[in-house]
Amino acid sequence: MEEAINLECDGDTIIRFREVTKVYPLPGGDVVALDKVSLDIGKGDFIAIMGPSGSGKSTLLNLMGCLDTPTAGNLCIKGRNIRGMSDEDLTILRRDYLGFIFQQFNLLPLLTALENVQYPLILKTGSRECLDRCKEVLEAMDLDETLFSHKPSELSGGQQQRVAIARALVNDPEILLADEPTGNLDSKTGAAIMHLLDDLNRNRGKTIIMVTHDPSIAEYAHRVIRIVDGKIS
Amino acid sequence: MHSLMFFELAQRNVRLHWLRSLLAILGIIIGVVTIVSMGILGNSLVLAISDSLSTVGDSIIVTPHVGGMGFGGSQSSNLLSERDVEQIRRAATPHVTIPVYSGSSRMKIGSEDTVGTVYGLKSDDIPLLLEIEDGSFLRGSSGAMVGSTFAEENDIKVGSRINLGEKGSVRVVGILKERGMGFDINPDFGIVVEDQWFRQAFEQEEYNQVIVKVKDLNQIEEVKDAIDRTMNRKETTVDVIDTKAILETILTTFGQISMFTTVIGGISLIVAGVSILNIMLMSVTERIKEIGVIRSIGTQRKEVRRMFLYEALILGLIGSAIGGALSIIGGYAVSMVMLQTTEYLFVPSSLVYIVYGVGFGLGTSLISGLYPAWKASNLNPIDALRHE
Ligand SMILES: Nc1ncnc2c1ncn2[C@@H]1O[C@H](COP(=O)(O)OP(=O)(O)O)[C@@H](O)[C@H]1O
Ligand SMILES: [Mg+2]
Repeated sequence: MEEAINLECDGDTIIRFREVTKVYPLPGGDVVALDKVSLDIGKGDFIAIMGPSGSGKSTLLNLMGCLDTPTAGNLCIKGRNIRGMSDEDLTILRRDYLGFIFQQFNLLPLLTALENVQYPLILKTGSRECLDRCKEVLEAMDLDETLFSHKPSELSGGQQQRVAIARALVNDPEILLADEPTGNLDSKTGAAIMHLLDDLNRNRGKTIIMVTHDPSIAEYAHRVIRIVDGKIS
Repeated sequence: MHSLMFFELAQRNVRLHWLRSLLAILGIIIGVVTIVSMGILGNSLVLAISDSLSTVGDSIIVTPHVGGMGFGGSQSSNLLSERDVEQIRRAATPHVTIPVYSGSSRMKIGSEDTVGTVYGLKSDDIPLLLEIEDGSFLRGSSGAMVGSTFAEENDIKVGSRINLGEKGSVRVVGILKERGMGFDINPDFGIVVEDQWFRQAFEQEEYNQVIVKVKDLNQIEEVKDAIDRTMNRKETTVDVIDTKAILETILTTFGQISMFTTVIGGISLIVAGVSILNIMLMSVTERIKEIGVIRSIGTQRKEVRRMFLYEALILGLIGSAIGGALSIIGGYAVSMVMLQTTEYLFVPSSLVYIVYGVGFGLGTSLISGLYPAWKASNLNPIDALRHE
């Protein structure tokens, strides 16, 4: 268990990559999406991942999001090595410690705004007695209460992203992962969303990792990780 | 609570795609109604048959062996002699042995010409086999008793005269109660005369069959064997059958027919199952991205599976419930059309088919949902998220 000792995160490190390689085996030959990446992300960090298209940004984020496991190397989230973890445990990790924000918002079309926010909370607690908390979180995202009962298709992009952030926050995760969160929004709405994220990082201590190719968006971050051809440069 | 949310999601998806859900439900309804109606029809048929059979399985019927090789040539007459009857009587004691003449003849009733069966029985034996509806049993040797159907069809009453051509004529002294289908004699469609009269009229001394009435059903096999041993010692001269065995054969046959029709109903249910499988697969394909999303925000595989199974269950539940209700109407309709009666519909052995039908409907739906649900739950979250 030499490795385990080596991976032990100190108090401040919340995500640790050690020589992480991700290979996608494809019929036309293997694609090395990440090549021996090592990096540490501390609690309360706000990080922007930048790089050309196809460089491995999403792959990096998906690994942090426990949506996939490394082909080689070790990846520690909150001090737990996710290599070899069961799908069930990874799912619980996603539900309880990670919040996802997508470029396309990805709200569930069958559910209202409020129900979309309720969903992860019900998943976690199995209880529906959480309406007040969900409303609170939605209100904190500056969403008008009259919109709570609207379906995603009846909301603007900015409103949908606010609901999506509320959904990501409702289980009070320590880490927020955002893949181009402003990619589908105009610059004004994008800026408003970034203010929300900035506030969550500053005042609520959320660790935020965000993929973007927009330098003005990357300016909100404390640190920029540049990635080219699966390698951090 | 948890499950309730997935049920709610499934229900909303069913409602969103109401048209195709409706079609799948329709398939289940048709399947359930078919299976139940066929089951009820089959069961009613068995009940109706066993009701219309006169014989309660208490008789042994001895008939001359036909189709023998004819090597000895000794038994070429195809009839049973007085000596044969005596032997049978001895073997069957203490049970009652009834020798029977039978033949058919043209008959003239008033101005109507017809053909009917004629049975010749000793007058003492008649009450052992037959019951009377009107008039009296035979006493004199030129009287006749008439089967109920035959009497009805030819408008025969006590006192009517039946002319059997050169065989002579008889006066009707009694009308028989309807006896139903029998394996021994079928007097409903003919007349019964005294044996002496028959011998004279048909110029026949030997008997066509012998009926042995066994009082204790448990002794049937024993008596049958005794007759067989006595009569067929050297070569097979007679065929010995017992009505209990025939009854059982007939009932099993109809049971099988009923089974067969039910299976046909089952096939229509399978078709319905395929349509559920089809729309569930569509539902999974359309929602790949959604599945990716819910998986990424912490939904377990088994929960995804449950959500899709609920969808199949909802379709199955609605279809089976409506199908179950409609099959009472369906059962009523087939009973009326096929049997002209519904007296066999509201009996437990018929109604239980509704339970089967609903059960099969639900089962088929769930089984059809298994593969799509499994497929949905096994999607890789990343691939599903990337899906457009
Ligand atoms: N699920 C996958 N299956 C196969 N290849 C993939 C998959 N995901 C990403 N890739 C490949 O890995 C490389 C990195 O992809 P990605 O991380 O999505 O890049 P970015 O987000 O920086 O555009 C690309 O060459 C891409 O084609
Ligand atoms: Mg990407």
